[in-house]
Amino acid sequence: MENLEQLLEHHPFFKGLEPKHIKLVAGCGSNVKFEAGEFLFKEGEEANAFFILRRGKIAVEAFAAERGSIIIDTLNDGDILGWSWLIPPYNWHFDAKAVELTRAVALDARCLRTKCEEDHDLGYELLKRFAQIIEDRLQATRIQLLDLYSVSS
Amino acid sequence: MNDSLNSTMVPTPFRVQRVRRETHDTFTLELRPPDGSRTLPFAPGQFNMLYMFGVGEVPISISGDPSHPERIVHTTRVVGTVTRAMHTLKPSDSLGVRGPFGTPWPVEKAYGSDIMIIAGGIGLAPLRPAVYQILSQREKFGKVVILSGTRTPADILFRKEMEQWRSRFDVDLFTTVDRAMSGWKGNVGVVTTLISRAPVDPQNSVAMVCGPEVMMRFTVMELQKRGIGGDRIYVSMERNMKCGLGLCGHCQYGPTFVCKDGPVYPFNRIKDYFAIREI
Ligand SMILES: Cc1cc2nc3c(=O)[nH]c(=O)nc-3n(C[C@H](O)[C@H](O)[C@H](O)COP(=O)(O)OP(=O)(O)OC[C@H]3O[C@@H](n4cnc5c(N)ncnc54)[C@H](O)[C@@H]3O)c2cc1C
Ligand code: FES
Repeated sequence: MENLEQLLEHHPFFKGLEPKHIKLVAGCGSNVKFEAGEFLFKEGEEANAFFILRRGKIAVEAFAAERGSIIIDTLNDGDILGWSWLIPPYNWHFDAKAVELTRAVALDARCLRTKCEEDHDLGYELLKRFAQIIEDRLQATRIQLLDLYSVSS
Repeated sequence: MNDSLNSTMVPTPFRVQRVRRETHDTFTLELRPPDGSRTLPFAPGQFNMLYMFGVGEVPISISGDPSHPERIVHTTRVVGTVTRAMHTLKPSDSLGVRGPFGTPWPVEKAYGSDIMIIAGGIGLAPLRPAVYQILSQREKFGKVVILSGTRTPADILFRKEMEQWRSRFDVDLFTTVDRAMSGWKGNVGVVTTLISRAPVDPQNSVAMVCGPEVMMRFTVMELQKRGIGGDRIYVSMERNMKCGLGLCGHCQYGPTFVCKDGPVYPFNRIKDYFAIREI
């Protein structure tokens, strides 16, 4: 896990996390690879991981019966994907599909939740970081809702 | 000819040389002066007042290459009466022109700096002359990053040119759309989300931003979050215009007139009015 620890240590998301916590998080991680078109997860499935994208591109999609699958967001190198693993009932709300060959680190959700319960400092540090990501995405979604380029804007 | 065109209220009739449909609602006109030997030198960011005879006059930025002042190029989105009428123009039709007016993008001031060009929708058109000028003297700048956002993939402007810029090793170009159907291979998300990943040195960057005002507001916030100072962020403002000469007051923006003191402003100059809705 040396490499994974180093990777997490240098990732901006984990900046400032104590080495012992990095070690705990890395213990839940594994390297994964998705071919273009492959789903990382689908809406309604159990949210059993979150992902740190190392290289590639992921589309977060919602399915609307009358319109088909709509891409809501895309994530690229370095981005963090998924927070449903943190919030009961731990189910994904969207689909996530690889747009191109994508390599990522998958962090196992049960493993992490157990460690967060055992070590609340780790839990707090992770929550703070996810709160920032949720805030950033919420802001971006709000701007998207403004429909910036419509004629009346 | 320049003096007579930008100091007068009387438009000179230009001939439409070429019409290009860019997207379902946006088109580019290439105009030639009545006397083909004359040129209309302009700086990137400047605009002309275009007069559809019998319909009305609108300010439209010049979207062509400043090193080819013999070709006056305008890219226009259809939004209302005048732009709808302009959309019907065909080669050899006539269009009145006054200009060029207004302040330019600070291309020369940005020598030695990293450049961020940030465009939203039709905002890419007023920025395109700056891109041409920067790329024609590429060695004078650090990194050149172009970020462009549109509503959907079908709204992307200047596709061919964007591909050429993207394929250059000395340009980083990122595009994004606000919405797309599954199968789209590009980015989805608002243009502001591209700013954090732009490979520039914030301490030594100049940002040129053009798009709807609300897009520019969020863009400026994001640029400042990245540490780019308000004196190094330039925005292009739009207000209704009549004279284009700083006389009628129609385009007043705070204590300034957009036709004369703008449209391109350093953000610091207008920051006190930028978020005020009534202005
Ligand atoms: C300095 C300057 C440079 C400009 N450069 C360009 C350019 O390069 N290309 C271009 O397409 N436009 C540009 N514009 C905007 C352009 O001038 C207006 O879109 C045009 O005046 C609209 O005239 P109209 O008669 O077609 O619409 P109007 O009949 O005046 O307006 C109809 C409706 O359209 C909406 N509307 C009007 N203007 C806009 C707008 N700018 N954006 C969104 N909705 C609008 C309003 O809701 C309005 O009620 C520029 C404006 C300025 C001030
Ligand atoms: S348009 Fe008349 S002062 Fe600007």
